[in-house]
Amino acid sequence: MVQNIIDVRNLSKSFDISSKEPGLKGTIKHFFRRQTKSLKVIKDISFEIKEGEIVGFLGANGAGKTTILKMLCGLIYPSEGSILVSGYLPFRRKENFLKNITLIMGQKQQLIWDLPPIESFYLNAAIYGLDKFEAKKRIKKLSEMLEIDEELFIPVRKLSLGQRMKSELLAALIHEPNILFLDEPTLGLDINAQRNLRKFLQNYNKETNATICLTSHYMKDITSLCKRVICVHEGEISYDGKLDLLLKKLSPVKEIIIVCRSEEDAIKLENSGFTIKNKIKNEITIKIDNNSITSSLKTILNNFDIEDLFINEPPVDEIIGKVLIKKDYDI
Amino acid sequence: MNLRKYLKVYKKFLHTSLASELEYKTNILVDLITAILSLVGSIFLLSIFFQNNGYIGGWKFEQALIIQAIYTILNGITNTWFNPNLTEIVKHIREGTLDFVLLKPIDSQFYISLKKINPSGFLEIMLGFLLLFFCIRINQINLNLSFLTLSLITISCSICILYSLWFFISTTTIWFVKTWNATEVLRSFLYIGRFPLNSFSFSLRIFFSVVIPIAFITTIPSEVLLGLSQFWKILLEVIIAMIFLFTSRKFWLFALKFYTSASS
Repeated sequence: MVQNIIDVRNLSKSFDISSKEPGLKGTIKHFFRRQTKSLKVIKDISFEIKEGEIVGFLGANGAGKTTILKMLCGLIYPSEGSILVSGYLPFRRKENFLKNITLIMGQKQQLIWDLPPIESFYLNAAIYGLDKFEAKKRIKKLSEMLEIDEELFIPVRKLSLGQRMKSELLAALIHEPNILFLDEPTLGLDINAQRNLRKFLQNYNKETNATICLTSHYMKDITSLCKRVICVHEGEISYDGKLDLLLKKLSPVKEIIIVCRSEEDAIKLENSGFTIKNKIKNEITIKIDNNSITSSLKTILNNFDIEDLFINEPPVDEIIGKVLIKKDYDI
Repeated sequence: MNLRKYLKVYKKFLHTSLASELEYKTNILVDLITAILSLVGSIFLLSIFFQNNGYIGGWKFEQALIIQAIYTILNGITNTWFNPNLTEIVKHIREGTLDFVLLKPIDSQFYISLKKINPSGFLEIMLGFLLLFFCIRINQINLNLSFLTLSLITISCSICILYSLWFFISTTTIWFVKTWNATEVLRSFLYIGRFPLNSFSFSLRIFFSVVIPIAFITTIPSEVLLGLSQFWKILLEVIIAMIFLFTSRKFWLFALKFYTSASS
């Protein structure tokens, strides 16, 4: 049985936030008498993550995804509740715990700006207690997986964003962590760089059975990497489960565009009991329930003379967008 | 603490920061020229103060030069290690890159205090030592082992006090986010250390000894070299240095509990 590697129980986090009125008067008031209020950004959440799972955290900006990730890796102290990651209390930041995890942030970098990435890799290797031989071996293996070579010897400031992100990944993975926390890793990357990064993460997960917790605003990252998603809405979990199931529930019907060979067939199909969305000459768009899609298509293909057929999937972004603005999903 | 690992990491710190600095040759050259001009200017200023009756607070010009030498050494250490690292703490906290430091299996205070070095500060340290040897000659100081040991102890304590003060102020960034001004004020106070403690009024002497022990930092090591120091003063400096170092460490660990990281 696969063990839980992350166990979160009744976790809450509050921050003291100061607010300021606009204008000079507001600025002066803010300077002398700062008014702060406690804001609960994470509200009593619980979940478990199994070893080797890739879980996507979905939510609108400010929903609390990054705060959850930062509490999981031990950067922020929780206000209430408990977290166990790999058997450790993260906020104690014990050496063995830190050797097991890594955090990659798409918008922040740890590489030394003026030097080639290879220098940062060897520095990290020394920090993680790796000898030169082992470090060299791991750099070689990871650089092959990430398809970077010459870039290792070019100063970071001269690398493209995609090359820099690959180097950041290598620097963050040199100690072969079991748990990866990725906060928008594909931010700002072009389509090819995004795809390469996703491919690398898939391979890394397959090869090492590492657990990956990921936040991203790019739905492609989530759909191609995560079987399970946790949707966060205003600090609460609005959905925790399989992505497929969520998509099916949120979009229970599919649109099928059928082009019949003759108009008679089209009329026959129109009157055969399917839910029709529209009909233009020989082309009919029908709506079919996800559960009966196979049997319905079989009936259509057996009984009508069909020239062409398209299944119109609604865009994932559109479906997920609904989750981000709604609090509860009874799934 | 695994000392071997820490030494290995420090070797890497030295290597990477030297390599980073050497990328900008002109900058190093400008820093070197600034260090030389700054020392010449300070000695000139000191000589003006001593022009009238040759004594300030009971110190002769030749004796006061020792304070200048120790100040130059400490300023060199400040420019080599403290300035590049401790001012960076503010940046780490403001931009949230402290996250990377805290998630490394290494002591975070060690990492942020020693990761960078500014090689141009080395020249200042060397100039300070040259001036010190010159002062030892003109003051006809008879160097023996106990003198050297005591000088080394007091200078080390001065370094600890200076580091702790600076680190303490930088740590407050976790709450106040921006504390550039406070570290600048500390640097300005450090200039006070170029003059003997006795040259100030009683109230200022108390302020620079008790509230911000800047005067301790340069005056006591100089007194040791001149054979003017009393044992209790040396002991007091050692105690103050230990308290400051211990407090700064505890304060850092306490402050980290309030670190909220920058938003993404």
